[in-house]
Formats: sequence, C-alpha cells, structure tokens
Amino acid sequence: MRVTVDPDKCCGAGQCVLVAPEVFDQRDEDGIVVLLDAAPPADRHEAVREAAAICPAAAIEVDA
Amino acid sequence: MTSGDRGRPAPRIAVVGASAAGLAAVEGLRRAGWDGLLTLVGDEPHPPYDRPPLSKQVLSGSWEPDRTGLRSAEQLAGLDLDLRLGTRAAALDAAARRLTLDDAERTVLDCAGIVVATGVRPRTLPGTEGVAGVYVLRSLEDALALRERLAAPGRRLAVVGDGVLGAEAAAVATGLGHRVVLIGSGTAPMGRVLGAETGALLAAVHRAHGVELRAGRASGVVTGPDPAGGPDGRHVTGVRLADGGTVEADTVLVATGSVPAVDWLGPSGEAAAPGAEAAGAGARAADGVRLDLADGLGCDAHCAAAPGVYGAGDVARWYHPVLGRTLRVEHRMNATEQGLAAARNLLAELDAERFGAPRPFAPVPYFWSDQFGLKLQAYGVLEGADRIEVLCLEKDPLRLAALHGREGRATGVLGAGLPPRTVRGLRALVAGDAPADWDEALAAFRTAVQG
Ligand SMILES: Cc1cc2nc3c(=O)[nH]c(=O)nc-3n(C[C@H](O)[C@H](O)[C@H](O)COP(=O)(O)OP(=O)(O)OC[C@H]3O[C@@H](n4cnc5c(N)ncnc54)[C@H](O)[C@@H]3O)c2cc1C
Ligand code: SF4
Repeated sequence: MRVTVDPDKCCGAGQCVLVAPEVFDQRDEDGIVVLLDAAPPADRHEAVREAAAICPAAAIEVDA
Repeated sequence: MTSGDRGRPAPRIAVVGASAAGLAAVEGLRRAGWDGLLTLVGDEPHPPYDRPPLSKQVLSGSWEPDRTGLRSAEQLAGLDLDLRLGTRAAALDAAARRLTLDDAERTVLDCAGIVVATGVRPRTLPGTEGVAGVYVLRSLEDALALRERLAAPGRRLAVVGDGVLGAEAAAVATGLGHRVVLIGSGTAPMGRVLGAETGALLAAVHRAHGVELRAGRASGVVTGPDPAGGPDGRHVTGVRLADGGTVEADTVLVATGSVPAVDWLGPSGEAAAPGAEAAGAGARAADGVRLDLADGLGCDAHCAAAPGVYGAGDVARWYHPVLGRTLRVEHRMNATEQGLAAARNLLAELDAERFGAPRPFAPVPYFWSDQFGLKLQAYGVLEGADRIEVLCLEKDPLRLAALHGREGRATGVLGAGLPPRTVRGLRALVAGDAPADWDEALAAFRTAVQG
C-alpha cells in the first residue's frame, strides 16, 4: 500500500489521526497533516482506508 | 443477494444526491461488499466536488475549480456505478422503493434500497429573481459567478447574513480589496453558534480587516436600471433593511441559510405517481409509509426514514442516541460520516447475515471555518448553549477555547489558534458515550487548555 497526502487540500480536521495515529500526524503550527508512514504494514491498511474515506478534504490517497 | 434471485434482475441500490454524502454512501456500499447495481443520481452536471473550498480557495482565486473534485475519474470508475449526472430525482414511492427520474424517459427504478443525500438549497431574498448583481453561494457555478464579479476591483459588496458562510465570504472579499458590509447581528458574526463573547472576538477580527458590521434584517433589495439586461433589466443598488434603512451595494451575496432539498419527496413530487395522497407534508398514508419532512428527512438512530429508505448529510435529521435528541447537521464531516453510516445500516437491513447488525449513528459533530487566517474548529453542539466558558491562551484573543453547555451538561467545544493536540484533548471532553457533566467537563477543559 502506498499512501500520499495533499497538505494543500488538508483542512486540519484531524480525523485521520483519530483513525490511524501510527500513520498520520498533524503539524503543531496549523494542524496540517503529516504523513508518518507512506507504506504502512498490512495490519494498518483497513484504518488507512477508513481515514482516506472519511477525510473531509479528500486529502488522502491510497493505492492498492 | 437474497436467496430467491433466480431469473430476477440484479437488485439495485440508488443513492440520490452526488455530493459529499452521496459519494460516501456509494463508497461505503462498495467497501462493505455490495455487488448489486449501484445508481448514483445527481442533478448537478459535475462529478462529486467539495463545497467548503468554494467560499475559501475558489472564491479567492487560489484554486481552479477542478481542484475541488472529490475523486478522480479512475476512482469513480472503480466503484462500478450507474452514474446519472445532470439528472434530477423527481419522486420517490417509499413503500415500493421506486424512484422516478426527471430525465427524458421519465426512468423508473425499482430499488432494494435508497439513500437520500440531496443536501440543502440556499435561501434567497424576496424580489431578487432576475436582478443582476445578486448572488448565492452553494454550487461551483455560484462560486465562479461571484468570483468573476469580484474580479473587477473596488466592488461594494453587501453580504446578507452573518452566519459561517457570510462571514467567510466577507473575509475573502475583503482580502481581495473590496468594500464589504456584513449585515446581521452587527456585533457577533456567527453569534448564534459562537455566543456573544467569542462572536465579539470574531467581530473584532473582521473590523480590524476593514469589514463593516451592520446590524439589521434585510427585507429586500433596491434596484436601478441595468442597461446590460435589456429594456426591463434591473441591477441591484442596495439592500433594504426591515428598519427602513438601506445599505448601498453594487453586489449582494445572500447568505441567509438554506432549506433541505426534500421537495421531490413530498406530495407534489409524488404527483406523478398514481394514487398519491395530496394532503399533508410527506403523507404517504395509503400504503402505510409516511416520510417525515418537517425539517429535512426525518430518520431514526440508524438513519432510516422508512424501511429501505435512508437519509444522510445536510438533508437528514436523525435521532442522535447519545445526545438524546434529533439533529440535522449542515457540516462537511457529517456528510461523509453519515453517508457511510447510512450505507452500512441499509445493508444490515437488507441482509444482516451477510452485512452484520445495524449500528446507531452517534458521531461527535465537527466543523471548521477559515476567516482571515483564523481557523475555528468545533466539536459537539455549540448552538443553544445556556452557558459558555471562554479561555484565551497567553492573553491572546486569537488563541482561544470555549466550552459550551446546556442544562448542566457540556455539549460542545470550540478552538481557534490551538495546537492539534489541544484540539483533540478538547474533543475528548464531548466525545463520551453519555453527555458530560458540566462541572467535570469544565475542570477538564481548564486543564486541557492551560495544561
Ligand atoms: C460555500 C460553502 C462552504 C462551506 N464550508 C464549510 C466548512 O468550512 N466546514 C464545514 O464543516 N462545512 C462547510 N460547508 C458545508 C458542507 O459543504 C456541507 O455540509 C456538505 O456539502 C453537505 O454534503 P451533502 O452531500 O449532504 O449535501 P450537498 O453538498 O448539498 O449535496 C447534495 C447534492 O444533491 C443534489 N440534489 C438535490 N436535489 C436533488 C434531486 N432531486 N435529484 C438529484 N440530485 C439532487 C444537489 O444538487 C447536490 O449536488 C460549506 C458549504 C458551502 C456551500
Ligand atoms: S483527515 Fe484529512 S483534512 Fe483532516 S487532518 Fe487528516 S488529511 Fe487533513
């Protein structure tokens, strides 16, 4: 699985961090998403897909 | 799907409204394993796009419209949809789960389930139809029209309504160099939601940037001749206030809230179907299925409006089991979460063995707003508070947190200019399985903010 984020679209909602804290974090200054793990292990794939689905800015993309 | 499929056409689920909630519903259905037909009907010509950027990046000109697309063409293709854009749903026979489309063929779709995600439509001011220079802001076309208008320098813009949408648009237009009057409370933009104290802080931010805040209720517009609009053409020259005053303007944005798009679900929408009962909003008594259309589409804790009929997003009013009351949320995060919940619960109703039991929809509501570089974020319910505690960090009025409560319970939190960790700490205060006691929440609130 490859994860990409678009910080420019991100609105800092932080939903991704609630769902998959090992994969996403937020910058302290403005809450914009920080990708911690662009190739997360299999046991996190479901959470990452969930994060991509609920991100209110469509800022997370997952392939495979 | 069901065991008796032999020879029958594949079952179909139709999702009406191809925006945030409708997209979440179709994605949720496919992710959960729905392999029947999946129709997505939307009356806008565009594939699902995002609205929050319309009053921010699109209006300011920093984004071109295509950036608002919520999914790529490949992602949409991967959902294997029967996608019907530019098509309005005309009527729903809820008992028969039969959807009539407003296309040339008057297509009728028999469905196993239906998700209603038709959102809301902007309110307008009486007497503004056909008047040049008057705008609303809900769709991409709306945003582009207003943006084009604001491309000429030195406009005098009057924004009618100082809720979140009006306040954001006023901020962007001011940033573009226009003279902006925000008509509403006059003292507290978004005051109905934020309360007087936080509203006053936001008012100070708007004033500091040059927005004129004007107390008043708009009753209509003043117009003059518009040579560009033909012999009868009228152009707006101002906003008329109920107290008799006027606000001069060459451009008016009406941001006075919205109305749930349930017209097509009501008796007139039904008129095409034989035997429809004409009396009473949403009446469908002949066959025992009655949609509650009093304020949006009334749904239960599972987002069900009737057997096989679910609601999601801005249009849906549902019973929130933790808050113990019905709620209709016009915010972006809810559209996605409720679209997913409606999808899951519809499948559970259709085939519990395969898709599991339905789950009540009990989210922690969330919204954000960006104004003049200030980001407001809120969890829970801010409206209707009977007590509000506001704390400023390091005496900086732009770094603040607020706890809202009602009847001895903490109901919502608001943060601005806070680090994300603090915001998540605030969220936890209103994210419990039961409404939090005010005094306990207040103590935890002070600790979360001041450390
Ligand atoms: C300018 C703007 C800025 C915003 N900013 C924020 C923000 O900063 N933060 C935030 O939390 N929220 C914000 N929101 C709110 C957020 O965009 C909405 O909550 C969200 O779009 C709701 O999604 P929805 O799918 O329920 O409804 P909608 O987005 O309204 O979509 C409903 C769709 O259904 C279509 N439709 C209606 N009737 C029919 C019919 N009969 N047949 C077929 N299709 C139909 C409509 O045309 C529309 O495409 C903003 C909204 C706007 C307009
Ligand atoms: S959920 Fe989306 S918008 Fe929110 S912080 Fe994560 S990437 Fe950004």
